[in-house]
Amino acid sequence: MGMTLTEKILANHSGNKSVKPGDNVWVDVDVLMTHDVCGPPAISIFKKQFGEDARVWDPEKMVIIPDHYIFTKDKYANRNVDILRGFAADQDLPHYFDVGTDRYKGVCHIALPEEGFTRPGEVLFGTDSHTCTAGAFGQFATGIGNTDAAFIMGTGKLWVKVPETMRFEFDGDRLPPYLMAKDIILQIIGDIGVDGATYRTMEFGGPGMKAMNIEDRMTLTNMVIEAGGKNGVVEPDEITEAYVRKRTDKPFKSVYSDPDARYHSVRRYNLEDMVPMVAKPHSPDNKATAEELEGTELTRAYIGSCTGGKLTDFIAAAEIIKGNTLKIDTYIVPATTEIARGLETEKVNGKTLLEVFEEAGCKIGRASCAACLGGPEDTFGRLNSDEICISTTNRNYPGRMGSKQAQVYLASPYTVAASAVTGKITDPRVFIQETII
Amino acid sequence: MIKGKAFVLGKNIDTDQIIPAAHLVYSLEDPEERKFYGRYALSGVPEKQSGLPKGGIPLVEKDKFESEFTIIIGGANFGCGSSREHAPAALEIAGIKAIVSPGYARIFYRNSVDGGFVVPIESVEDLSETIETGDELEIDQEKLELRNLTQKKTYKIKDLGSVADIINAGGIFEYARQQGMVA
Repeated sequence: MGMTLTEKILANHSGNKSVKPGDNVWVDVDVLMTHDVCGPPAISIFKKQFGEDARVWDPEKMVIIPDHYIFTKDKYANRNVDILRGFAADQDLPHYFDVGTDRYKGVCHIALPEEGFTRPGEVLFGTDSHTCTAGAFGQFATGIGNTDAAFIMGTGKLWVKVPETMRFEFDGDRLPPYLMAKDIILQIIGDIGVDGATYRTMEFGGPGMKAMNIEDRMTLTNMVIEAGGKNGVVEPDEITEAYVRKRTDKPFKSVYSDPDARYHSVRRYNLEDMVPMVAKPHSPDNKATAEELEGTELTRAYIGSCTGGKLTDFIAAAEIIKGNTLKIDTYIVPATTEIARGLETEKVNGKTLLEVFEEAGCKIGRASCAACLGGPEDTFGRLNSDEICISTTNRNYPGRMGSKQAQVYLASPYTVAASAVTGKITDPRVFIQETII
Repeated sequence: MIKGKAFVLGKNIDTDQIIPAAHLVYSLEDPEERKFYGRYALSGVPEKQSGLPKGGIPLVEKDKFESEFTIIIGGANFGCGSSREHAPAALEIAGIKAIVSPGYARIFYRNSVDGGFVVPIESVEDLSETIETGDELEIDQEKLELRNLTQKKTYKIKDLGSVADIINAGGIFEYARQQGMVA
């Protein structure tokens, strides 16, 4: 019987000819990523278990990207970055992206592809649940805890239970001009629920995939964790390979699902029938269309994070914001320093994205996770009381962006930008149809 | 046998409710810093949903570091959200021994097992609307029963399955040592 892409990667990283869902296998790890929140405890477990003088199994395969609590006065948070710095120096780790240097990147899940670590056919583990983002490149990528990370640091291996795969098949030749990948994944999470893919792979494919650029695909796989998924994957194609080849010289071998692979289930969506979606407080599966929520009062808009802080996300937002004044406080946080530079060079109607946002009065933050997960109280954009925020981020459980009195609506950059202009939840089709005319 | 008082929560208790992100800065090693994970465990749960059915009961009383409760009864999808291992660690530091829920988010479950923090037990049915916060419970993993001594009721729990060996060893490192995988 055939195998899915995920089953193939797990088979050829565990020395097996084939694997099937439910098998427990030990896999060889190609990349281990950690950051400032989970790195220090993982390092401490590594030293305790393997000895103070233990060495990382393969320095070339370990990537450390501080990104969570960077621009804060919190002494513990700053101490944690110092621990990473010290460890990277002691272990001669070549892939450490230090705060306060030109190498500083920002959000790990976007930094990983930018720096060439998301290679098709490989196995990536990261101490962050949104590590699943890298599945957009046809890599097996999933989040783990500190203990598992420490285990990999010493052995280069980890046990994995082979997941069943749910297939999501997209029809249609294009994304309608008002639709973004964020709408698609919010629709899917709303349909299957926040535990609808627990222990499973979400595999995205079908003819509609060609209509999605690499950042659209990253938005899809980024949020599979919000449906409980173990990993998300998109089969690599020329779009994937073109991106990865630009970012790394390392060889990689793409793998694909067999035509007779067995799936847990198959769901079909026609891209041309889909509409802007919103997840209402306090759960990512609490779905409604933007149209149904028209008029809901807001006090803040937030555009950023690994989910909605990529360059194409800001281009989309700028298309709507340009020339408008905004009714509510609007925060812009580029995921990485590369994207921050893109804000200064990428133009919409002759103005840079940065100029568009500054003229509209947006508050612009520095590349990092910032308020997506609340963080220390002095975090840029954090919801510190009863704000009602519409956000391009990924979670809206109570307290996710700071105070548990706050309410968070999740939406696409188009919908967030349209809502920033009116101060109320607004279907972006209002603006986008005007643009077309 | 795990015995103790129940602390009851609803469904989809995510890791930000278990340990809010602002507190993820403390060391898990340093004894003085570590205890704050106990103090803030479950402090992200909205008040009305904390300690069901009445609500308004914090897991850990203000200014304390440990809880009088030792068993969490949760609704479906317990531990969803981030991969922070600080979540099961915070519950253990607060004094929690076991969680009973009809289903777990994958990474939380794995972290609980591999780190040897708390025993994540699956119940056959959702017990979060039957058991009340403060009920005295007994978890019998041999008979696969959860006994509510206060309400005098018995419920079925599931076998730990393939992770039992790791739980019984005390975590992934101890398990790997038994298997001769690490020195």
